[in-house]
Amino acid sequence: MMSSLADLTLSEAQEGLTKGDFSSRELTESCLLAMENFRSLNAFITETPDRAMADAETSDQRRAKGQVGALEGLPIAIKDLFCTKGVASTASSRILKEFVPTYESTVTENLMSAGMVMLGKTNLDEFAMGSSNETSYFGPAVNPWRRISDNRPLVPGGSSGGSAAAVSARMCLAATGTDTGGSIRQPAAFCGVVGMKPTYGRCSRWGIVAFASSLDQAGPMTRTVRDAAILLQSMAGLDLKDTTSSAVPIPDFQALIGQDLEGLRIGIPEEYRIHGTDQEILDLWDKGFKWLEDAGAEIIEVSLPHTKYALPAYYIIAPAEASSNLARYDGMRYGLRVEGSTLDEVYENTRAAGFGPEVRRRVLMGTYVLSAGYYDAYYIKAQKVRKLIADEFSEVFKKVDAILTPTVPSAAFALQEKTDDLLGMYLNDVMTVPASLAGLPGISVPASISADGLPLGLQIITKAFDEETLFRVAEVLEQSAGFDCRPDLKV
Amino acid sequence: MSVDKSTVSRIAKLARIKIPEEDLDVLAGELSKIIGWVEQLNEVKTEGVDPMASAAEDIVLRQREDLVNDGNCKDEILENATKTDKGYFVVPKVIE
Repeated sequence: MMSSLADLTLSEAQEGLTKGDFSSRELTESCLLAMENFRSLNAFITETPDRAMADAETSDQRRAKGQVGALEGLPIAIKDLFCTKGVASTASSRILKEFVPTYESTVTENLMSAGMVMLGKTNLDEFAMGSSNETSYFGPAVNPWRRISDNRPLVPGGSSGGSAAAVSARMCLAATGTDTGGSIRQPAAFCGVVGMKPTYGRCSRWGIVAFASSLDQAGPMTRTVRDAAILLQSMAGLDLKDTTSSAVPIPDFQALIGQDLEGLRIGIPEEYRIHGTDQEILDLWDKGFKWLEDAGAEIIEVSLPHTKYALPAYYIIAPAEASSNLARYDGMRYGLRVEGSTLDEVYENTRAAGFGPEVRRRVLMGTYVLSAGYYDAYYIKAQKVRKLIADEFSEVFKKVDAILTPTVPSAAFALQEKTDDLLGMYLNDVMTVPASLAGLPGISVPASISADGLPLGLQIITKAFDEETLFRVAEVLEQSAGFDCRPDLKV
Repeated sequence: MSVDKSTVSRIAKLARIKIPEEDLDVLAGELSKIIGWVEQLNEVKTEGVDPMASAAEDIVLRQREDLVNDGNCKDEILENATKTDKGYFVVPKVIE
């Protein structure tokens, strides 16, 4: 394939723009062309080419005047869970199909202030509930990668599958995602890109369609670790409109990138050797800690005994919060409305027509565990288990600086391969959910290609608000793995 | 614990989602499966453990001056509503 400007990383494009090798307009045109060429991947729900070209022109004018933001002129795709003023924001749900916000989410506002060019809104699982993108009302995004052994289309993962596919297929330089139980890291692993979930509270949740508020967190999806640090730098920050937004000062996220691991201790939790994980992934994990050891780290075996209970706890807590959050879709103030003879009937008809099967299932599950007589047995129990998991991480981080695990137990699977296997689908998140429950930062780095030609990822987790170490270790992993494969896409 | 059809009907009523009769059995089966699976949490000893509601528990809730800092945006608020009248949302009649 001809290399194009859309192939550049954020940092390469920054350099090229600074030197005047090309304009934001040219860079943006290159991305828009790729979006057109690979439209069959269904990575975008809404493309905003006119907006993108206008953003690019304005950016080039600003640059000519010497006004250069941190993301000046860089074309970025936005997950369609972020509300964007004047641009449809659907959460991939029929209930929000016609919703055009009159306000801007804090994260996208921050990116706009930094000079971003917005390319469009990417596909996701409905309300971010899913691990394959197949619950999207607009049909699934498709993974740009294919197996060697068969040519079936594969899922890009979820919920931020459209963002992962768009970054992987070089339709954009980077994208935003959101992660509740693994929704950035799992699709990043499936599509061979970097996906990073910051510490809970780093990025404002204001204007992001809520799924499970105690877990939801926005983060960057990019082609390099350094790019993830660059994008996060502009996304993060204290926002008084979100009470859980953190006032912990934002460091220079790139500060430690490029350092070796001398003096760092890396923990290997045996409990992540989860039954059913592909042998190739376990082998890659072994290779991963060898790489980190070669870079000077001390490898220490650690124990996180409650790991196996994280997923069932998550599947009580997340649906409970979702059932409460999604109560707002009543057909009155915004979104779909289906008439009925009474107020209750309007609610019931609207929500029956507006929610897809997975969202309906989770709202019912959440309503059940919160209902009288079950609240203590399920919801409070799960919150106690969550506490044990968080405490366990705190103990381990007294002994180590970072933890290395696989990101997902398998490589990407085929469309419809797992749709009838509810619990099998949920198991995709088994390695990402524990850090989510504890609110810790995690990153998935593409580290190898499976024998069948698919990307595989490894995950790094650090203690809260230590993203600098997270990026430092991730970059060493990235350099050691030397992952330079890309999907074989034909125009 | 398994969930039967009448339980599904009851929680669907609480969640205000109309569910066709023919879907009740399938949903009862699916929810029973998920609930049976999450019940493995009963193996975990949690006596004396405080429930954790948020990863941001250490954050002290911020307070602000009690001042109006937003408003006068009625049109924006109503813009996405299906039915409005004279600057109000319109809901079906609730009082006879």
